[in-house]
Amino acid sequence: MPAIQISTVSKRYGSLQALGGVSLAIDEGEFFGLLGPNGAGKTTLISIIAGLSRADSGTVSIHGHDVVTGYRKARSLLGVVPQELVFDPFFTVRETLRMQSGYFGLKNNDGWIDEVMHHLDLTSKADSNMRSLSGGMKRRVLVAQALVHKPPVIMLDEPTAGVDVELRQTLWQFIARLNREGHTVVLTTHYLEEAQALCNRVAMLKAGQVVALDSTASLIKRISGSQLVLRLASGTLPDNLRHLVTQPGDVVAGQLTTLRVNDYAEVEPILASLRQAGAVIEDLQLHQADLEDVFIQIMGGEK
Amino acid sequence: MIGFQTLLYKEVLRFWKVATQTLMAPIVTAMLYLLIFGHVLEAHVQVFPGVSYTGFLVPGLVMMSVLQNAFANSSSSLIQSKITGNLVFVLLPPLSHWELFGAYVLASMVRGIAVGAGVFLITVWFAKLSFVAPLWIVLFALLGAAILGTMGLIAGIWAEKFDQLAAFQNFLIVPATFLAGVFYSVHSLPPFWQAVSHANPFFYMIDGFRYGFFGHSDVPPVFSFGIVSVFFIVLAAIAVRLLKSGYKLRH
Repeated sequence: MPAIQISTVSKRYGSLQALGGVSLAIDEGEFFGLLGPNGAGKTTLISIIAGLSRADSGTVSIHGHDVVTGYRKARSLLGVVPQELVFDPFFTVRETLRMQSGYFGLKNNDGWIDEVMHHLDLTSKADSNMRSLSGGMKRRVLVAQALVHKPPVIMLDEPTAGVDVELRQTLWQFIARLNREGHTVVLTTHYLEEAQALCNRVAMLKAGQVVALDSTASLIKRISGSQLVLRLASGTLPDNLRHLVTQPGDVVAGQLTTLRVNDYAEVEPILASLRQAGAVIEDLQLHQADLEDVFIQIMGGEK
Repeated sequence: MIGFQTLLYKEVLRFWKVATQTLMAPIVTAMLYLLIFGHVLEAHVQVFPGVSYTGFLVPGLVMMSVLQNAFANSSSSLIQSKITGNLVFVLLPPLSHWELFGAYVLASMVRGIAVGAGVFLITVWFAKLSFVAPLWIVLFALLGAAILGTMGLIAGIWAEKFDQLAAFQNFLIVPATFLAGVFYSVHSLPPFWQAVSHANPFFYMIDGFRYGFFGHSDVPPVFSFGIVSVFFIVLAAIAVRLLKSGYKLRH
């Protein structure tokens, strides 16, 4: 049974079709990335999974429990870190976390609350009022709030937007540990290198549709190979290499030229051809395709 | 049950942490009403035989404070949470619509009764009061607080801006309480306005409450109790339905 099963979910806000029949299954234990430009429908989808929004049509279930008809069970299995930096100004960090535990039916949860605060470097702020915390600290509390009930499924909606390097590191270490311990993690982020490093599978959303869904590795492999970027000090590119050039036009000395290569093994023959043609290389870089290239290529149709 | 208890505790703690504004201020306001109106009207008005005007005024002011503060609690808590966005902390957990309803309304009742009790403890020294039927006093205070707590919940769900909530409060709740016979007996009104007053459910809350003190009322307390109970059941049904449907809360 998948951790999250999304079946043909549609949602419309006025004239805007936010989601147009999205279907996805996220398995237990996955570290899943939900990517897409602003307005692609990521947050809408997360809101529907979390029960903060209602789908116009289609269903979502968490470990087999429908988020509308079986909302009690579904929500108790889910921890959500919302995108907006929200907090209740009336309470301290510890009060906030105790109350959140209580809402999930947990009493005497201080042991786990202390542990979560420790892992998120919040212990020294335990008795500070939420109002007095910096943005980064508030973000940590939001993460802690999502984890008070040790949910088997954790969803983080752009948790590192506007967050410093230190928190990102702390946060990802902790989340990766929870993932290793068996928690399913769903992440949306604009930092594609983050998604590439963490997510084993990725879905890309565009205008409310899933436009790509694959393991991170095969997405990168499928879409584009690596690129050899070089600059010639003298000479020209021999004819047998011209078909590899990614940009049109003549290749002249002093100008950056990008060649498509599928494999490291192809690099050596290219260099040999250049040498034979009498070209001298001034600069050379091997650029490996990453998720960002894939993203740009897939989202390319956009205006 | 723990979810409900926690939300109730949080709602009570929320107003307790700003008690100057939520408890002290309305008590002082009610005391000012008593001092000013009591001073001006004491010598000129006698509503019930043998009851001084100040004595007549005390139960009205107590009930008015109960009602207005019960409304203020649930409505302001909800609109604040909606506007600042922290309502998600309550919407994400597995709390049922009954738990949400119960916690918000009960916390409102606690605030309303606390302010009412405070007003009573301070104003009771200014007038000679009797307590003919204490059970009616308690019953009408509880029901009145529950009704206004529920109205506050509905208003908080419906309103999207502080402005809309203020309109609800200033153009509906305040006039309805003022015109319900806090400062006068509706029997002193011309027949037309008497009839209008009888269409105001707040009138029955205050009239029944006052009966508990003096054994005098404009309509029999059992009749008031019936009307007020039905009013509460209708409002509670609306509020629970709104919470269940997610109206304006789960978009």
